[in-house]
Amino acid sequence: MNTHVASTGHENPLLRVEGLAISHGAVPITTPLSIAVERGETIAIVGESGSGKSLTARAIAGILPPGINATGTVTLDGISLMGLSETELRKIRGFRVSMLMQDPFTMLNPLMRGGDHIDEMLRGRPEFASRAPRAAEVKRRLAEVGIVEDDVARRMPFQLSGGMCQRVALAAALARDPELLIADEPSTALDVTTQAEIIRLLRRIQRERHMSLILITHNLRLAFSTCERIYVLYAGSLLEVGDAAAVERQPYHPYTLGLLLSEPPADIRVPRLVAIRGSVPQAADVVGRCGFADRCDWAKQICRAGKPPLVARDIGRLTACVRQDEIQCELDALRTAALCAAPATPRRDETEGALVRIDALVKTFDGPRGHPICAVKHVSLRIMPGESVGLVGESGSGKTTLGRCLVGLETPTAGDIRIDGIAAADFGAMAKADRARVRRTIQMIFQDPYSTLNPRHSVGQALSEALRASAGAASASTPERIAALLADVGLSAAYATRRPASLSGGERQRVAIARALAVKPAILVCDEPVSALDVSVQAQVLNLFKRLQAEHGLSYLFITHDLAVVRQIAERIYVLYLGEIVEEGPTERVIDDPQHPYTRRLVESIPRSANQHAP
Amino acid sequence: MTGSGVVVFVMRRFAVAVPLLLIISFGVFALVHIAPGDPVRSLLGARASDPATLAAIREHYHLDDPFLIQYFKWLSKVVQGDLGVSILGNRAVTSTIADRLGVTIFLSLMSAVLVLGLGVVLGAVGAFRRGTRLDRAVVMFGVFGISSPAFVTGIFLLYFFGALLHWFPIFGPGTGFLNRAWHLTLPALALAISVMAIVIKITRAAMIEELDRDYVTFARARGLSSRRITFAYVLRNALIPVVTAAGLIVVGIVSGAIYVEVTFSLPGLGALTIDAVQKRDIPTIQGTTLLFSVFVVLVNLATDVIYMLIDPRIRFGRVES
Repeated sequence: MNTHVASTGHENPLLRVEGLAISHGAVPITTPLSIAVERGETIAIVGESGSGKSLTARAIAGILPPGINATGTVTLDGISLMGLSETELRKIRGFRVSMLMQDPFTMLNPLMRGGDHIDEMLRGRPEFASRAPRAAEVKRRLAEVGIVEDDVARRMPFQLSGGMCQRVALAAALARDPELLIADEPSTALDVTTQAEIIRLLRRIQRERHMSLILITHNLRLAFSTCERIYVLYAGSLLEVGDAAAVERQPYHPYTLGLLLSEPPADIRVPRLVAIRGSVPQAADVVGRCGFADRCDWAKQICRAGKPPLVARDIGRLTACVRQDEIQCELDALRTAALCAAPATPRRDETEGALVRIDALVKTFDGPRGHPICAVKHVSLRIMPGESVGLVGESGSGKTTLGRCLVGLETPTAGDIRIDGIAAADFGAMAKADRARVRRTIQMIFQDPYSTLNPRHSVGQALSEALRASAGAASASTPERIAALLADVGLSAAYATRRPASLSGGERQRVAIARALAVKPAILVCDEPVSALDVSVQAQVLNLFKRLQAEHGLSYLFITHDLAVVRQIAERIYVLYLGEIVEEGPTERVIDDPQHPYTRRLVESIPRSANQHAP
Repeated sequence: MTGSGVVVFVMRRFAVAVPLLLIISFGVFALVHIAPGDPVRSLLGARASDPATLAAIREHYHLDDPFLIQYFKWLSKVVQGDLGVSILGNRAVTSTIADRLGVTIFLSLMSAVLVLGLGVVLGAVGAFRRGTRLDRAVVMFGVFGISSPAFVTGIFLLYFFGALLHWFPIFGPGTGFLNRAWHLTLPALALAISVMAIVIKITRAAMIEELDRDYVTFARARGLSSRRITFAYVLRNALIPVVTAAGLIVVGIVSGAIYVEVTFSLPGLGALTIDAVQKRDIPTIQGTTLLFSVFVVLVNLATDVIYMLIDPRIRFGRVES
């Protein structure tokens, strides 16, 4: 097994991980991998779900969940951490290595005030033995993470926003001034604009304290813009290691390139995203061969003959691709080709004959103690037949409420909705025939495909149920029609017998799309349809949406927080902020030249680095 | 929510409790009339049924008045602390109850402390040693306890620790605090074992859930001491479901006390009630039933208030996200 040290030339890195292999009983989770972090250096471990990145982070801090074991060595400043007892490790954790986790809402003790999480970290130190200096120190620590409001320290976690919780948690993690911070997806659970703030904050603190930082992320672009060195982890094995700038300029491994191309660019619209086929395997299923071989266009017999070792190909560059020197030209060519902008979509200016018209829509909910909460305020929008419209906003913007009003899951408080000429504001008040027609015209795709599929029904049952509801239900839901629907979303007819639990996230979303297509709708309302999917799978599903639009002349209302996604799919976008549309227009114009300050803030929060377009 | 908010909450709960108590008192009063036979006969008990006594009873219990008037007259006396006169012994029911209350309160408190203290500790041990033999032994002990009624466990304990080993006395309530505690150890234990399974199960499940929480992992990642994590993080969060169940448990203990007092021949309220039922002493039955009902309502009220005080999410009300 390869235990090559990914060293950068220094003899004594702060953290040296060698041959770290994690397993759950006899089932391997990662193959032996080596990581080195210098003092003051920022590295990223990039990987999709199931790559083992979070467990690697927890193995370094010595807090693996019960039942999961790690072997290998973890050396921090000359001290071997693997052999230490829990008591000795406790003197290392917090003081030398600290960790920040993904979900800000579950990271803090719900029964403890925000400030107490910092306070409890300071109690051991003699200078903070009494209450007053400790309170002053808590205040100073909170100021370091950008919290100047006095009452945050006294508030309970559930009274704080996600961004605030993440800041308090960061201050608590840093309260004993560690030399190394491991941040596990610290921004993923947050809103786009807050994500950018937290990442900026992390970088600032890392620089000011000259602290080492391990950033665990699934977002390659974020890793490039934040870190000096990148470790690409896939199905438990490191596939590529190198300087961030060099990897970004010219990825050596087909997976790194695939991941890079799968992420939709925010600044251009490409004709078709280069998607990686299939989905991420389990580490245990790819023992003894290249984990990526099944999804790789360049895989040959040699790739499956044994686990390719991670070997140096250049100064500070390692790759686990055995065919790298043969295929590098092809990789580079693919990269250049993929970044060509698509021809501009023809502008449509007409507003007559709109498929969907929403006029002055208002939706209020009853809040606590009878205070009404206005989720959507006076929103008007149009969707033309065959047009793809993006609705962009963060959590709390009312974008989901608007989508739910459109398909009749909520009844608007005021305003008018017309779908294909039928007044559809109040589904309860509609004539039965009209309601049936509207329900066949408009269908919805949800964020989490799993919870929208009945786990007891096979894919075929789910689809035949939907087919029976389609127009002219006299025609039976034959296996042929089910197979045709599955083929439409790129799945073979064999999927009809499978149950949702045996499908991957991408496959489930495809089934959900097929089910929506069963009634031959004119428009799909898609609520964050790709945000729960892995990046490599997200591109496949986006391509599917594009193809279906071209083939069926579908309209979309694409509800998302992700500007890069709407750039690829929508011709026109509406920006929703606190229930109001603050900006609307053609996608290129709104993203390239945002007018409203909020849109500008959204655009600025997309992670990007200097050499975005290099080769 | 501020201090005045807590007061408002308690007042509101009281407002719900008062009608509930009225309904219960009505039911208790109606016992005289529901009991088979003539209420005069019921109230007569073992006394000789000469016309003078019967008339006196009619007069004393206002039996010639309409039913509702009787009830209100009875209720107004109850509110003033007069529960009537026991048929046996011709004593005021309140003073009979006062004589017996001490033993029952001592027994119930002792066993509640055992249930909550020992139950939480055993549940915590099970959670921390999850999957080990110790864990399984703790769970088995709980299941064994809940499946054998308190009077069976009581007789077993009496035989083993009282009759065979002579560690504890086998009857009598004892006098003075320490002597009474010594006398009541076996009954309290018998009572505790029968309900402890609930506390063990809830504590164990809640702690296992807490140990998996992100904030516990985050606390470990920050190097907090295991004592701090156990008490401020795991135990404190895990106790919330235990407290919500505590009301149920205390009520279970008090109703279990009835059997245990009889088993160990202790002169407590439970024994008094059984005795009164056997002798058809309706005023005493009314008195003890009313007291138990008021106790159940008050315990539930107290549980709600304590739950609100320990969980700030209830106290402050969640913010809308």
